[in-house]
Amino acid sequence: MMDVNEIRRQFPVLDQKVYGKPLVYLDNAATTQKPLCVIERERDYYLHENCNIHRGVHYLSQMATEAYENARRTVARFVNAKEAHEIVFTRGTTESLNLLATSLERMLSASPSGDASSVEKAHQKEAARAQRGRNPLKVLITAMEHHSNLVPWQQMVKLYGGELLVAPMDDNGVLDLQAYEDLLKQGPQIVAMAHVSNTLATINPIKEMIKLAHQYGAITVVDGAQSMAHLPIDVQDLDCDFFVFSGHKMYAPMGIGGLYGKTEWLEQMPPYQFGGEMVDTVSFEKTTFNKLPFKFEAGTPNVGAALGLETAIQFLEHLDRPAVEAHENLLVKTAMEKLSTIEGMRFIGQAPERSGLVSFIIDGIHPYDLGTIIDKMGVAVRTGHHCAEPVMTRFGIPGTVRASFAVYNTLEEVDTLVKAVERAANMLR
Amino acid sequence: MTIKEIQDSIVEDFSMFDDWMDRYAMLIEMGKECPIIDDQYRDEKHLINGCQSRVWLHAELKDGKVYFTADSDAVITKGIINLLIKVFSGQTPEDILSADLSFLDEIGLKEHLSPTRSNGLVSMVKQMMLYAEAFKSIS
Repeated sequence: MMDVNEIRRQFPVLDQKVYGKPLVYLDNAATTQKPLCVIERERDYYLHENCNIHRGVHYLSQMATEAYENARRTVARFVNAKEAHEIVFTRGTTESLNLLATSLERMLSASPSGDASSVEKAHQKEAARAQRGRNPLKVLITAMEHHSNLVPWQQMVKLYGGELLVAPMDDNGVLDLQAYEDLLKQGPQIVAMAHVSNTLATINPIKEMIKLAHQYGAITVVDGAQSMAHLPIDVQDLDCDFFVFSGHKMYAPMGIGGLYGKTEWLEQMPPYQFGGEMVDTVSFEKTTFNKLPFKFEAGTPNVGAALGLETAIQFLEHLDRPAVEAHENLLVKTAMEKLSTIEGMRFIGQAPERSGLVSFIIDGIHPYDLGTIIDKMGVAVRTGHHCAEPVMTRFGIPGTVRASFAVYNTLEEVDTLVKAVERAANMLR
Repeated sequence: MTIKEIQDSIVEDFSMFDDWMDRYAMLIEMGKECPIIDDQYRDEKHLINGCQSRVWLHAELKDGKVYFTADSDAVITKGIINLLIKVFSGQTPEDILSADLSFLDEIGLKEHLSPTRSNGLVSMVKQMMLYAEAFKSIS
């Protein structure tokens, strides 16, 4: 069982009025609010522990280093990674995907068989590749990707020659698995897929998709930005090669996120950024790189936010997660039932397997107008293309109104949303 | 009416309402009354950049005065551009270019618009000024 009111008390930001009305925060897919324990953890770090990590001999530095590495172990445990060094801290999903696009392209174009076994070897191949040119890269994505899981791959194939393949979906926002498998036959080296669509709420059958991709010899990348806060993640069970996520969408601070990668791949991949911490030895002629995961963490990391992320994970782990999932599903189901009585209501994304949000438009009303009016009634939703323009094009609409839920939302808030949408629609028609 | 007189009457209309919901209702009504752009001008060339919704604006010079028509797929946006059209349509290019725009601050419109919409408002005014500038040089 979970007590929503008890949970709400841990989120002071929710207890405020906007335009004189109680705030109803339904933009959780953009970012979740942070519980007090997370805010206090980060504050505490700057009050008592702040230090640069991994290099100081002094007490504080050692303590901060240990805390940071503990946070890594916590993330590894949360997603059930085999080793803590398989977790690389990044600024979030977007940075993780840029890291992957850059580093995997360099690894694959240097070594089509992917048999380099050390950083040194990868670099010899990198040099060889520079002389003979690159092997073209083929990447398969789905039609429902966020721009962050589309543009990095697209730019990479544009820059070096290659092809971006897109697996289509049906009118309900369900991926066409047959078409997906047909595209796998074209031999993409990388398959990148959203776990949960940020616009359509679709939960993709990623375990099956990963298995299929592996049968065709592709490396699999899962964009978990929208799933980490809502669904249990087990990277070993999924057998994905990479899984990326953002902290701020799972009750953690902004500016921290992560990348899980199987050891065998992370070891072969060349570094993404260069600088401090990620090096082993440096001379003017040559640099050797640090071991995992430090090879991918150039520069001073966001230690305070990493500790906040650890606390956010502990916050999630203390909740009855199946009950939370049921609660969030009830909010979505109730919202859809009640919204559907509004004239001209059209839901964008009606997959049977769905998570945490509802996207809709009303005939003859621009989503932007609707969002503007309900904002004045205290209801915070997102309107627009949600950084997934091709999805809007697919459905022939300029954008949607998206209400996205988190653990602290209530059925009363769903009612407020529905009433606000009703009133706005009457004004705008 | 002069630009100043029209602006004053708009400021008065807006001050009648305390609640921003009512002011939005007024903007929506204005949107519905917008002088609609002719279909032949509803193209890329007449789109105003910087708006989250699409806005088309056209102007022509008749007897030394500028007449605007517009459209948008969002009705509040259409209301905002019609507000500007009410102020500037039927005025000479010189009067438009020398107009004082502080009425936009007086009605509190800028601060109550989202930043993207506020940028859109600035782009609309700019585009109207560009038309006036172009007509000034030919008239």
